[in-house]
Amino acid sequence: MAGPGGDMQWCFSQVKGAIDDDVAEADIISTVEFNHTGKLLATGDKGGRVVIFQQEIENKNQPQFRSEYNVYSTFQSHEPEFDYLKSLEIEEKINKIRWLPQKNAAQFLLSTNDKTIKLWKISERDKRPEGYNLKEEDGCYKDPNTITSLRVPVLIPMDLMVEASPRRVFANAHTYHINSISVNSDNETYLSADDLRINLWHLEITDRSFNIVDIKPANMEELTEVITAAEFHPHQCNTFVYSSSKGTIRLCDMRASALCDKHSKLFEEPEDPSNRSFFSEIISSISDVKFSHNGRYMMTRDYLSVKIWDLNMENRPVETYQVHEYLRSKLCSLYENDCIFDKFECCWNGNDSVVMTGSYNNFFRMFDRGQRRDVTLEASRENSKPMQVLKPRKVCAGGKRKKDEISVDSLDFNKKILHTAWHPQDNIIAVATTNNLYIFQDKVN
Amino acid sequence: MSEEVEGTRISEEQQEMEDKVISPEKEEEAKLKARYPNLGAKPGGSDFLRKRLQKGQKYFDSGDYNMAKAKMKNKQLPSAPTEKTEITGDHIPTPQDLPQRKTSIVASKLAG
Repeated sequence: MAGPGGDMQWCFSQVKGAIDDDVAEADIISTVEFNHTGKLLATGDKGGRVVIFQQEIENKNQPQFRSEYNVYSTFQSHEPEFDYLKSLEIEEKINKIRWLPQKNAAQFLLSTNDKTIKLWKISERDKRPEGYNLKEEDGCYKDPNTITSLRVPVLIPMDLMVEASPRRVFANAHTYHINSISVNSDNETYLSADDLRINLWHLEITDRSFNIVDIKPANMEELTEVITAAEFHPHQCNTFVYSSSKGTIRLCDMRASALCDKHSKLFEEPEDPSNRSFFSEIISSISDVKFSHNGRYMMTRDYLSVKIWDLNMENRPVETYQVHEYLRSKLCSLYENDCIFDKFECCWNGNDSVVMTGSYNNFFRMFDRGQRRDVTLEASRENSKPMQVLKPRKVCAGGKRKKDEISVDSLDFNKKILHTAWHPQDNIIAVATTNNLYIFQDKVN
Repeated sequence: MSEEVEGTRISEEQQEMEDKVISPEKEEEAKLKARYPNLGAKPGGSDFLRKRLQKGQKYFDSGDYNMAKAKMKNKQLPSAPTEKTEITGDHIPTPQDLPQRKTSIVASKLAG
């Protein structure tokens, strides 16, 4: 069965993480992000750790393998804290990782937890100095009386060592919980967004931050919506968007004023008031917003659907894709088990022709915009033989269940795919289940 | 224009029946209201959002402290968390109670 993109089929490539079902809290993956070339793939987890994988050069012996991602570096980015003044537990969970475009030999990424953003430098060391005059090879100082001649220390090759060091710590600027960070196309600034405010930072300056959006009402009793995600435009350094828990997206232009409380554009799909229910607002809450690579569109993810918006049209999305419409008749139980508040992310492929998002039961969905086709695939250990082609899945909403279909009531709501990422150029995708990272690639014919 | 007005002029009973047929969402809402009759009418309102903003908040203030003291006096078994609006105020913290948060010394299993 052909998937999106014509004859493209997805194959299993690799899976990272423990096999056992007993998942430690710390191992829950909380973010996945390719860098700008796709050579590096970073993951963050609930334990505050970052693991970076690097794509190895094509294996000439096995031409069907495009490449493999192997561990490149791993470090503890954030640690748990307790704010005694506010009586607040600060989780070390990494909410987002964003890569900076590469400027020199080193790689830089921003990682954030609920309160603090850190700039990490990841650099390689493959040479070490040897032949010091005053020190022995083990580091002990020589007795200066024994030194009779001078020599120039030389750099000799050593096994590659990848070092991660925190270069900047951007702290104390957020009263509420940070949900997004986004690097500006100017490569000098970035924004961080919490539930009520968005701040603009300069990458070099940690003791100052400009507040550019503040939706906190004077009286907290009047609070009706919160900021759920924010992102800078990929090319226009003055433009950013932020989404809300009420299903609206605001586009702001930083040239208009210092405080961007007044939006330049408001994207909102009108709702039929007769369809309104207790759940309407909750399921309309946008959990992710992503600009297309070409900067002409943006995609939003709410609980049941993915919407594509043309930046020139505010009154409705140009495309709407149902992710798992069959859940609409399960909203009561999904509210009771809190699943209705799950925050799914979404992503574009390199040329903006296909979009992807996760669902439950370790299913994830792809929508081919041009071909008007969609497919449901599953990330599971059962389909993890090398280059095994993924078979499309189908959920039976009701009535007679066909042979290969799975019924809605059999879905495992604890197996959620919240985070997915698409290689910026190639058809390689990274899909995170609770504690495993799957890498799939298209079948190279 | 006039056709629209005519179209909406159907009896309430019919509307209710149509709702049940048309909207699975409204059916689910009825189910929920049946289980939790005390659920606030405004789901996306202040309570819900405030709960979200206070995530991670362990112990609020002296008002909470006194409320907790009062609750402890009338010692009751902690009920299942059916109350979706409860935020803080039923526990008095002591340094011993505070969970010792240690950093993960174990490496990520993804790197294993």
